[in-house]
Amino acid sequence: MSSAQAFATDTWVIARRGIKHIRRQPEALSDATIQPIIFVLLFSYVFGGAISVPGGGSYKEFLMGGIFAQTIVFGCFGVAMALAYDRTNGAIDRFHSLPIARSTFLSGHSVANLIRSIIPIVFMTATGLAIGWRVHSSFLDALAGYGLMFVFSFAVIWIGVMLASLVSTPEAVQGIAFVVIFPITFIASTFVPTSTLPGVLKTIAEWNPTSALANSLRHQFGNPGGAIPHDAIFPLAHPFAYTLIWAVAIVLVCAPLSVVLYQRSIKS
Amino acid sequence: MNDSTTPLAIEAYGLVKRYGPKAALDGVDLDVARGSVCALLGPNGAGKTTAVRVLTTLTEPDAGTARVAGHDIATDPLEVRRSIGLAAQDATVDGLLTGHENLAMIGELHHMGRKRALTRADELLAQFSLTDARDKLAKDYSGGMRRRLDLAATLVATPELLFLDEPTTGLDPRARNDLWDVLESLVDEGVTILLTTQYLEEADRLADDIVVVDHGHVIARGDARSLKRQAGGDHLHVICARREDVEAVAAIVGRFASGRPSTDDRAVTAPAEGGVQAIAQLAQALAEEDIELEDLGLRQPTLDDAFLTLTGAPAESFDDEEVAA
Repeated sequence: MSSAQAFATDTWVIARRGIKHIRRQPEALSDATIQPIIFVLLFSYVFGGAISVPGGGSYKEFLMGGIFAQTIVFGCFGVAMALAYDRTNGAIDRFHSLPIARSTFLSGHSVANLIRSIIPIVFMTATGLAIGWRVHSSFLDALAGYGLMFVFSFAVIWIGVMLASLVSTPEAVQGIAFVVIFPITFIASTFVPTSTLPGVLKTIAEWNPTSALANSLRHQFGNPGGAIPHDAIFPLAHPFAYTLIWAVAIVLVCAPLSVVLYQRSIKS
Repeated sequence: MNDSTTPLAIEAYGLVKRYGPKAALDGVDLDVARGSVCALLGPNGAGKTTAVRVLTTLTEPDAGTARVAGHDIATDPLEVRRSIGLAAQDATVDGLLTGHENLAMIGELHHMGRKRALTRADELLAQFSLTDARDKLAKDYSGGMRRRLDLAATLVATPELLFLDEPTTGLDPRARNDLWDVLESLVDEGVTILLTTQYLEEADRLADDIVVVDHGHVIARGDARSLKRQAGGDHLHVICARREDVEAVAAIVGRFASGRPSTDDRAVTAPAEGGVQAIAQLAQALAEEDIELEDLGLRQPTLDDAFLTLTGAPAESFDDEEVAA
């Protein structure tokens, strides 16, 4: 077997294990299933009446792009938690004592989590359709929207791997979730149009890739808030391209860096 | 170079591993002959697990070299891992996979092909009496079953060398005995085993060679008998019926002993060189003083005594007596 072939086979064996874990631990999936549904219901029915969408339209439909984006960013925790668990329970030693390339442990987890990231997208779509969200654009535009979600899901996995190499326990991962990632998804166009935010926050929100992803999705689905202001700053004028740039940059920076950090963190 | 005719399964020289200022391994040499069982014996924190981690390529030493199964751990880690099986300290079977899935996955990662991996998993389940639990999630296994599955997992690719880090810690006496039987049958098949243990009984029962480690150093090595010899020779051992006689008895024992007697509650112990002669004289002397005794005898040193002498601290021991039964 060539080493590339071995890498692919081993990655898939470890990914299959990860998928079985996901299937057999439905409670660990709440961040990808129940949580986004609760957010959709909570924001559309509790805050929905108080927020007006620029250009008019239904807040529920505006909200969907935001919660899609937020849920995808949260996807980084799936892989971080899985890695942290494997580290605390010693599973990692078993894999590292096998004649496989060490990077297959990370690639296997990544593939499993890429497949996992389909779950919230499906759940969200179903919930959205149930509460009255509709795609008003062409099939191809919508398809591009879903493609963008998938690409960004892959990118954030590497943020998760990096996270798992910086902290080692599942509790610490959760701590970072609330202190860092949670605010990032809030200071964005997730729930409210960025134009309503005050000074500095507005600038942060406009350059926040979560906003760009949310805005792209609104545009691709023909939802309220999806109109593109062509004379605005780059992230607002080209949200799709800006999101893709971020996705590529995250992978280019985080993937190699997290592999190095991860190898170092497990050396002791 | 891979010289498969070398009689040594493990040869390590001057292994050093530091964690911060503390040296977990401080210049450890180790030779383990092919087909033998070597026990690394030592208290918690002695460096046993670190030694296993270095030799199994899980961690790199700060100094020193080692060849494991004929392969250099620094330059040829993949070949080392192909030749060994490791059962880490807490049985690292995957709780969310079934017993069969656990073993099949490892077979696949050894590149034996999916089909072969599946049948190999069934063979091992049968060998370790786990066939009934084949499709149960490993998290629902008992402690003994998990250990057996863990051990089976190390054998998937029929390695020539097994590393078992405290294989019976946390097991009840019956499960421990079962596991010892399994290990003995593996040894009969010619597998080389390096195991770590805090339990002298375990080292005594399983190992050909015992390497005593403490604070990252090897402080003694040899078979069980030679280690016992290092603890000194025979001991006179007297238990008084009444506590108030202990001082008087200690004084009398001192006349026939080769060293200072020590007392513990109603017991008096002292090293003796005279053997049977000494005990006969002691018995007579005690009879003349008309002291009532509960027990009088000549005791062989145990591995416990050896451990105490070598490390200056008593070894941990099984609480339950059933183990020896």
